[in-house]
This record gives sequence, C-alpha cells and structure tokens, in this order.
Amino acid sequence: MAPLITTLSAALVIAAAAAALFWLVRGRRGFGTPADRAAFATLHSASLAAPPLREGLNPDSARTAAKHLRALLGTPALAVIGDGTLLAWEGPGRRHAAQAVEHAKDAMEAGRPWVVPAEAIDCGDLDCPVRSAVVVPLVVDGLVVGALSVYARQISAGLVRAAGEVAHWVISQLELAELDRSRTLLIEAELRALRAQISPHFVYNSLTAIASFVRTDPDQARELLLEFAELTRYSLRRHGEFSTLAEELHSVDRYLRLERARFGARLRVDLLIAPEVLPVAVPFLCLQPLVENAVRHGLGPKPTSGRITIRAEDAGSDCRISVEDDGVGMDPEQVRAQLAGKGGGESLGLGNVDERLRAVFGDDSGLVVETAKGAGTKITIRVPKYRSGVHAQ
Amino acid sequence: MNQSLGIAALVVVLAATIGVGVYGLRLSRATSDFYVASREVSPLWNASAISGEYLSAASFLGVAGLVMAYGVDMLAYPVGYAAGYLVLLLLVAAPLRRSGAYTLPDFAEERLGSAAVRRVASVLVAVIAWLYLVPQLQGAGLTLQTVTGAPRWAGAVVVAGAVVGVSAAGGMRSVTLVQGLHFWLKLTAIAVPAVFLVLAWRSAGSPALTGDDVPRFPHATVVALDQRTTFDVTAPLTIRATGELDGRSYAATAVPSRRDGSTGVPVRLGRGEHTAAAGARLAFPKGAAVPHRKGLRPATGAAWARPLSGAGGRAHPLYAVYSILLATFLGTMGLPHVLVRFYTNPDGRAARRTTVLVLVLLSVFYLLPPVYGALGRVFAPQLLLTGQTDTAVLVLPQITQAGEAGRLLAALATAGAFAAFVSTASGLTVSVAAVVSQDLLKGSARGFRLASLVAGVPPLVMATTTAGLPVADAIGLAFAVAASSFCPLLVLGIWWRGLTDRGALAGLVAGGGLAAVAVVVTSVRGPGHGWSAALLEEPAAWTVPIAFAVMAIGSLLTRHRISDAAVDRVMVRMHLPEEVTAQAYPPVPQVDVPPQTTGG
Repeated sequence: MAPLITTLSAALVIAAAAAALFWLVRGRRGFGTPADRAAFATLHSASLAAPPLREGLNPDSARTAAKHLRALLGTPALAVIGDGTLLAWEGPGRRHAAQAVEHAKDAMEAGRPWVVPAEAIDCGDLDCPVRSAVVVPLVVDGLVVGALSVYARQISAGLVRAAGEVAHWVISQLELAELDRSRTLLIEAELRALRAQISPHFVYNSLTAIASFVRTDPDQARELLLEFAELTRYSLRRHGEFSTLAEELHSVDRYLRLERARFGARLRVDLLIAPEVLPVAVPFLCLQPLVENAVRHGLGPKPTSGRITIRAEDAGSDCRISVEDDGVGMDPEQVRAQLAGKGGGESLGLGNVDERLRAVFGDDSGLVVETAKGAGTKITIRVPKYRSGVHAQ
Repeated sequence: MNQSLGIAALVVVLAATIGVGVYGLRLSRATSDFYVASREVSPLWNASAISGEYLSAASFLGVAGLVMAYGVDMLAYPVGYAAGYLVLLLLVAAPLRRSGAYTLPDFAEERLGSAAVRRVASVLVAVIAWLYLVPQLQGAGLTLQTVTGAPRWAGAVVVAGAVVGVSAAGGMRSVTLVQGLHFWLKLTAIAVPAVFLVLAWRSAGSPALTGDDVPRFPHATVVALDQRTTFDVTAPLTIRATGELDGRSYAATAVPSRRDGSTGVPVRLGRGEHTAAAGARLAFPKGAAVPHRKGLRPATGAAWARPLSGAGGRAHPLYAVYSILLATFLGTMGLPHVLVRFYTNPDGRAARRTTVLVLVLLSVFYLLPPVYGALGRVFAPQLLLTGQTDTAVLVLPQITQAGEAGRLLAALATAGAFAAFVSTASGLTVSVAAVVSQDLLKGSARGFRLASLVAGVPPLVMATTTAGLPVADAIGLAFAVAASSFCPLLVLGIWWRGLTDRGALAGLVAGGGLAAVAVVVTSVRGPGHGWSAALLEEPAAWTVPIAFAVMAIGSLLTRHRISDAAVDRVMVRMHLPEEVTAQAYPPVPQVDVPPQTTGG
C-alpha cells in the first residue's frame, strides 16, 4: 500500500505546485521576431503605466507611471509636472529637478509642445545626460493639468514626435480617470437622491396612521413615532456607502411596523434569516425599496390579506436575499422598463438598487425579478460575502 | 458489534445533518418577533458550532489511539488542538473579524492588495484542506468497517458523498445550528461511554495502569485479523490458530478445545516476527503478553506513563513533542474551516468572547479521549496486535459492557464518530469550494457546484486507495503546513506594518512548500529512524521559523513596496474597536418619559 500513498500524495503536491507556478508565470514566455518582442515590450510598458494614471495625476501615481514612461521613450530622464509643482523626476541628473517647473512654464502657458534650449538647462557638467528638453503640456478637457518633460542629450525630431504621442496617450488615460471619477460621482449622487427619497406617500401615511392612535392608544402612538424617528435617522445618515445586512433588516423591520399600523392584520410578514449572513456588507438602503415595492405595488391593490416573505441565506461564497409577496404581481414589461431606468416618477427605486448593485459587484449581481400579473412577485439579489474595498460602516 | 444499531446511528446522523443542512429549519417568524430572530448568534452557540466543526476524526478517534499506542507524550496533540485557540484568541480573533475577510485568501488580498498572494493562498487552502480531509474519510471507512464489516472504501464514499452533496446544494442553510448540535452530540457520545468505562475499570478491581508489566490479555481472547498483519512475539507462547499463519494454513478442528472453546489448531510461536494473513483467527490464552504489530514496541505501564520515554518506539520524543506543540498551537489559525466560522460573530469583541468559550468547550472534550487510551491498554490490548488502536473509542464500550447496554453505548460512539467526520469534512469541503469557485471559476452558482466536486473527489480517491498514517498523525501534518504558511501571514499581517506582498509570497511558498515536501517524503519513506526521519515526520519545528524568517527578511528587502496610506487604512480597520468608529454617529437617545395622560 505504501508506494501507492507515496505516488498519490507526490502527484497531489506536484500538481498543486505546478498549478501555482503556471498561474504565476503564464503569459511571460518570449515569442516571435525581434520586432514582435519590441512591440510587446512597448505595449507592456504602456500597460504597466496605465493603472496608476487611471487614478488621476498625483505624486504617487506620477512616480509609478514615470518609471514606465521613461522605459517607453528610452530617454535618460523624464519629469511629470502637475499644477505648478514637480510630481516626479525619473532618471539621473536630479539636480535639474528643481528647475523642472521653470522649464515647463512656457509650454504650459502656450498649451503646445515646446523645446527648451540647451542654454537654459546646461549645468556645466559635460557628463550630464540632461542637456536639452522637450516639454508637452497635458491638456484634459481644454484645461492644462500638467506637463510631461522629456530630457535628453540632444533633442531630435523623432524624440519630439514620440514625446507628443506618449503625452497624447497619457492624456487619454487621464481623461478616462476623469470619466471614472464622474461615474463614481454620479452613482454617489444617485445614492443621495435615493436617500432623500423616503417616499412622500409613506411619510404621509405613517403620520396619519400615528395620528389615529394618539387618542385611542397613546403608548402605541409614542412607539410608532420613535420607530419613525429611528427610521428617518437611518435613512438620512450621511456616511458610508455600505451597511451590514443586520442593520438593513432592522430598518426594514421598522418600516414594516409602521406599515402594519396602517394595514393591520391584512399584512403578514415572515422572516427567514440565516444568522451567518447578518454581518455581510450590502449597499446602503438596498432592501427597503424592494420591501416597499412589495407592500405598495404587490399588496396595496390587493383586497384580501397578503404575506411578505423575506429570506436571507448562506449560498457558498455568496449571500442570497429574496423578498417575496403573494400580491397582484407586476407586468414583466413594466419591470423591465423600471430596471432600464424608464419607470418615471412612480418608480420606487428598483432601478436604482439594481444599478448600484451592478456598479459595486459587477453585472452578474443585479436584481432578479420573477413576476407575472396575478402571480405575486419575488425579487432576489446575490451579494458576495467578501469583496475587496467593500466594508460596512 | 451489532450491525443494525450501528447502521441506524449512522443513518440518523447523516439524515439529520443533511435534512437540517439542506432544507434549513422552516420556522416562520412574524415581524414582531424579528428582534429575537435576527439577534446575532450568541457566543455560546457560535462557540459550540466552531468546536463542533473543529472536533474531527483526529480528536474523536485519533487521540485515544495514539495515547494507547505511544503513551502520554501523545497528549501533546489534545493539548495543542485546544491551546491553538489561545494563540488565535490573543493574536488573531478580533482583528481578523474586523478586517471583514471571509476566507484566508480574502485576508491576503485585503491586507496586501496582491492578486498573486491571493492565488498562492488559495492553492495552500486547497492543499491543507485535502490533507485534512483524507484522514477524515479514512476514519469513516475504518469506523464503518469496525461497526458493520463493510469494506474500507464504503464509509469514505458515504461521508464524501454526503458532504459533496450538501456543499453542491449551496452549503448548509443552518450551518451554525447543525455544527452546534454536532458538538453536543460528540461530547455526549464520548462522555457517557467514558463514565461506564471508568465504572467497569473500578468493578474490575482498578487494575494498575502504570505498573511494571507490559499489556497482557485480561482473559482468553480470540483476535480476528481482517488484513495481513506482521507482529513481534517477545516471549514464546502457544496459541490456537485458524487461517494462514507464517505461510501455513490451519483448518478449524471439529472439536472445540476444552480449555477456551476455540476450534483453532495449537501452534507454538517462538520469539520474533510472525505474519498472519487476512482472515486468520488467533486465540490467545489468558495472561499472555500481547504481541505488538510490527513497528510498535511493547511498553510497560510505567514507561507508557513517563513523559518523553519514547514508549511504543518513537525516536527523539523531546523534539517530536515540541514540534507537535508548535504545529498545533500555530496551525489552528490557518485552518480554512475555522476562520470562516468567526465571520458569524457580529463584531471583534464577540469574536474574542466566542474564542474563550471555544477554549472551555474543547478543554472539557479533550479530557475524555485519553481515558479511552489508558483503559484501552487494560480492556482491549488486542488492538496493539491488529494495529487498529484508532478504533479504541468504538470497541471499548462493547467490550466493557455486556448485553444491550453495551450495544447502545457502541451505537452512541458510532454516531459521535460520524458526526465528527461529517461536520469537519463538510466544513472543509464548503471552504475549499468557496475558494476554488471564486478564484478559478469566477464565482457563479454553477461554478460552486463544480468546485464542490473539485474539493471532495481528490481526497476521496486518496483515502480509498491508500492505507494511511494514524489519524491524529495525518492531521498533525495538515496542521504543520498551516502553521508554516498561514500563521506567519496572519501574525505578521496583523501586527507588523512592514509586511509586503513579495515578502508574504516568499514566506508562503518557502514555509508551505517545505512543509508539504516533508509530508510527501514522509509518506514516500514510511516510518524511518534517526534524526532525518524525525525532522521530516514532525516538520513544524524547523519550517515555521523558516517561514517567519523568509517573510520578514523578504519584506525588509522590498520595503519600498509599502504604501503607507493603504496600510493605515487596513490597520485602523483591524485594530480600532467598532464602537470608536460608531461614536461619530451616536443613535438617537431614547428619552424615557412616561406617556402623559391628558384628561378630558
């Protein structure tokens, strides 16, 4: 038996090690002609410089990118200038770094490439490779945000051309960064918009329901008012894009208590919550719109009593949350329109929840709606238990 | 052993686990009860669940078996298994919970922001889990064989099928509940028979456990061998044999012997090595010294009870004990199925409280297996001949209690053993499936099903085709790999700002790789002698320091890769109590004014 153990365990470990090695080194094999390899090296430098530039222009990103940009251009030294300050100097001749901003001034004012004459740079050291420079301003959306200064012994027409092309490429990356930033801002704005949007109907209905209890059952009225206050506090909080599932469920519970004050015995709610998934981080206020949708559009028009079932389950590396009602159901076409953002004013934010989930967890994590006229509605979302950068606050 | 009772115990455990696990508890709750329903799992129940998942074949069967064969040195295993949680409590529990990481690769990515470290961590998770799963499945095979006489592979297939099925169905719905119940079942299953065992020992006149004599048969005993066994006879004796012994076949006699009722042929066994084929039945007279399986040296009670005596024939006991302690102390935190359970705690403080309770529960449990190990030498010394000391917990209740009571106790022990295999194996399978589906199959629901097969099938193949080491030893090797890879990653990652991705990568590969190589070489050479064998059989004592050193030096050499802002962010999240972050936004104060009753 022993040799069999040996062979098998050896095979296991060797296979695991081989898999690890394969992962680590794949894609680094050499190929093709020298021209192919040169093209590959160029593209590789560019792809290395791209991620930091996509963060926008700051000392950290400039320092990382400058290294790869210098390799791309093959010049002795290179400087990245931000808005009037030197962000990064890459290469020898560091003593010239102090004047780099001065060298770039003319080009940044003119808004076009500028060759700095040798007299302005010369430091008297014959071995210094930094003798002349070409400066290309970085113009994003019509604004000069910085400059790329390429230093060499001698400026050739080829180098001027190459510097211009590289600067163009850098500009396109910076524009993408700007685009990313505005997309994030847009999502944040939408989130703020959704927060402010505790539905006016709900506020009105809750307050009238509470008012009806003030005389008959003051204790109940006080309880409900406190619930209302808590719910408002949670919904209007200003920090954090994520919350734990436990907090979201508490908020949904408050919401349902207020609705039950109005619906009375007509509204029945079942909760099936696996305690393991309570700490999962979910986008802030992602559950309440689903429950509100079930109450208002599912059970509201239904004459008899209705039931809402909220489930949260452990599903491997994901957490699966579903909100189900046995109400009147929705028209699938209308749901599609709502999710596409064409729902109009009556839309209760399903589209917004969908979009935020997709923005954070990718396109596979949107809402899944199962519904038909008269058949109730079930909305399911899947949230990974861990995603780097996602933390409840 | 009574087959039907044993099989009933097995069926009940599996059905309950799968039923509760897959379908969940269909308990509906009205919204007014919501606070009761949603209150986070209490630390005690969470601690039960962690302990339930943690107590594996090694704890339930292996510890007793090793203590029985090799003496009190082997107490290093239960001590280490329990004390591992002390290290976890002091260094890792709360910061890890606060980091929000769900698996070990998640932690690597969170702390170091490196996809390469994440991948290596994923590979290591799979390797450790496989090493850990093989002995679980082998234990299941051994148990089913002992209880029903089924072939070895049957038990392994049953358990692997169940856990892969549960995992492929999306993991357990009520996993905390199931695992918590499993802990209490296991504690009952080992505690109740232990009480009867001690009573039986008292009523037998409390035979000495630490005397100057080697184990002897307490009464005339027939030993049935179910596999080819080589054993050493230290003093010549006459036995009655049927079946093949030393190459000669003995047929059963027509007339049973007058002395002990055996139908065997009298055979004189001289000193030295003898080999019996599978199916042989050897009848030993009362009081004969028990021949030990080859490789196991008979030890007197006194030597058995003396620490570091090397009883049972283990070389370099001092080194081995410290190496085992190091592996188990530091390896616990690196086990993939342990970390996942901590996520269920609502915050860092609850994680600490849970860990303290885990320590208490495990300490109570680990007091019991050594009782079986000690009394097994008195009541079931034939296990030293067959070499199946791992079955001591299963066979002792039946031997010491006659009649129906003994059968019921044996069924209880069987149920506990299967609870141990199923809970640990399902925890491991789900952990590996989560990691594999996320890192290899891009995390779809179908990918998870496929990943469950990837997680369960290789260890099943290994378990059914190999004979294997003693259960607790095999588990110890998995601990050694975890201690030499994830322990440095967690400890340095949490407590040292200077850890870099390159350093971590080098440390994981060096430590985990060396330990894995030691595991392979040990299995290739089998038990050896001398220092090289000792170093390879218990590698933790040298691989753990190497892993720490490589990780630290590698990080110092690549210091420039640290991004201060990123490290600050992670460190603040891991080390600052949740209340501090929450205080910036205090809840609305609940003014407790009694409602005014207005007249009118």
